[in-house]
Amino acid sequence: MSRIDAKFAQLRGEGKKAFVAYVMAGDPDYETGLEIVKGLPGAGVDIIELGMPFTDPMADGTTIQLAGQRALEAGQDLEKTLQYARELRKTDDTTPIVMMGYYNPIYSRGVDTFLTDAKAAGIDGLIIVDLPPEEDDELCIPAQKMGLNFIRLATPTTDNKRLPTVLQNTSGFVYYVSVTGITGTAEAQAGDVGPEVARIKSQTDLPVIVGFGIKTPDAAEGIAKIADGAVVGSAIVEKIGAGESVSEVLAFVKTLADGTHRG
Amino acid sequence: MANDLFNSFMTGPDEKGRFGDFGGRFVSETLMPLILELEEQYEHAKTDETFWAEMHDLWTHYVGRPSPLYYAERLTEHLGGAKIYLKRDELNHTGAHKINNVLGQIILARRMGKTRIIAETGAGQHGVATATVCAKFGLKCVVYMGAHDVERQAPNVFRMRLLGAEVVAVTSGRGTLKDAMNDALRDWVTNVRDTFYCIGTVAGPHPYPAMVRDFQAIIGKETKEQMHTAEGRLPDTLIAAIGGGSNAMGLFYPFLDDKDVNIIGVEAGGKGVNAKMEHCASLTGGRPGVLHGNRTYLLQDDVGQILEGFSISAGLDYPGIGPEHAWLHDIGRAQYVAITDVEALEAFQLSCALEGIIPALEPSHALAHVMKIAPELPKDHLLVMNMCGRGDKDIFTVAKHLGFDMSS
Repeated sequence: MSRIDAKFAQLRGEGKKAFVAYVMAGDPDYETGLEIVKGLPGAGVDIIELGMPFTDPMADGTTIQLAGQRALEAGQDLEKTLQYARELRKTDDTTPIVMMGYYNPIYSRGVDTFLTDAKAAGIDGLIIVDLPPEEDDELCIPAQKMGLNFIRLATPTTDNKRLPTVLQNTSGFVYYVSVTGITGTAEAQAGDVGPEVARIKSQTDLPVIVGFGIKTPDAAEGIAKIADGAVVGSAIVEKIGAGESVSEVLAFVKTLADGTHRG
Repeated sequence: MANDLFNSFMTGPDEKGRFGDFGGRFVSETLMPLILELEEQYEHAKTDETFWAEMHDLWTHYVGRPSPLYYAERLTEHLGGAKIYLKRDELNHTGAHKINNVLGQIILARRMGKTRIIAETGAGQHGVATATVCAKFGLKCVVYMGAHDVERQAPNVFRMRLLGAEVVAVTSGRGTLKDAMNDALRDWVTNVRDTFYCIGTVAGPHPYPAMVRDFQAIIGKETKEQMHTAEGRLPDTLIAAIGGGSNAMGLFYPFLDDKDVNIIGVEAGGKGVNAKMEHCASLTGGRPGVLHGNRTYLLQDDVGQILEGFSISAGLDYPGIGPEHAWLHDIGRAQYVAITDVEALEAFQLSCALEGIIPALEPSHALAHVMKIAPELPKDHLLVMNMCGRGDKDIFTVAKHLGFDMSS
């Protein structure tokens, strides 16, 4: 059983929903970013989404664009991001780590090399924004063969005709993007999202996690009531960007985790 | 030869939108359904006579096509070799080849019921063409333009505003053409239900590279007929400038299976291809990667982060190139070279002095390569260069480089 499957089994046993936290690896610098990542499980984070900085993050709003720029300026690259996983795995062998980002840095490293390195580093899954099902041969299929989950985004524009295509090679969980748009802008409305989550769940047994546009503990709680978990990214990254200390950031993360776990 | 499908260079892309290994559909899921719908609409339009009748009517009466194929006699005499013809696409309405493609996309957008058009622009030529056609059809138009380009292409910014477009100065990233394209994609993903993204070059996710090529191929089709009328045969060499590569693809495509026709694309060499990436020559100085929906040659560092290009010409200032060019480069059907800013400026002045044509800085790059090779070619060698844009927009930049004070 993969770490992701084990985590959801554990949460189900406890009657809790999953809280997924996104941070950009290397933001604001390698050491501080690593300290934040290492503190996430203790702050109640069930699954860590580790952003891979890229110069051209086409699906991200200003907050995460700036985080990527900070990380790149501080010298972060894919190798250093993999090092985060190796460091975390020294003390934590159960919290799933999902890498999220864009394809080119992986393609540049070489898909086979990357997958071997990622697996060895203790990475559990990948979310690659610019690889739709039509490009599954690129990374999705090789990743699944390597035993890494490939987590797909479903969106409000993914209609019922297309949904089976999106679900086909998805594993671990389904990430429902609650708004048509980029990260960290519009607010997700639980009222709109509920029927969409139900629609996806009618076609898959995988957990459905909702992200994009969740900014507060209350919003996370609302989403957790209608889905299997909630992702918060931009709201956390904003605190890091504002120069808040590691303990301040982790305290905020804990309020989000508590909100989700109430849902 | 053209009927031999097994050896044809004109059958791409395949059903996955690939030219060999290049191209594809590397976009987020939110955009995927729309991309598929666009492909379906375009496949339908391609064989729809009413679609092409509307295109040809507008090309004739609104754009002013066909553009002349002009024998540049004094340039030919001066260089003393090949017989040089200029395909005069700078005479089109709005002053460049860009409008050929914009008309096609806007007609499609109308057929798809989209009411809001977005575009990215570098030099501003594609932005002006899009704003123009939107004005004609009463569509809302938003143009994304890098903040740096807004500054160096002020006349085109003003034109777009006069034409009713909203021009958004993009400050994300480094504020260049690639960042403008990022922000246009962000807008599209946010407003996907009512918005059509009118891409200005033969790049982006499938079907854009093929669709834009097909709309621009009118350049090559006319050239073939006009050359037949003028000389009774095919040209020997075609030369065109390349940023993303739409004017070049338009000229080259109808000749790809005429295997005796020599095809040369000219990239922007900036300060020189070896000088710390201070250029935009993706094929000469880049390697394959994935950006903006397609796999192609990109300027990038050794860990896959995209680099900024550099060129005197805002229209060539892009770190990628259309995937079909990447493929033609790899299989060797076309040859790609780089020309520096200094060489382009020299060609710019020569065209003014000898032919009375003020060229845009983009085709000035192509002309600079003509200047290099024409003297070595025999006098019966027929050379066609695509004069894809006029230089009015560039006179401020050129004046600055030549040390002429425009404020006096």
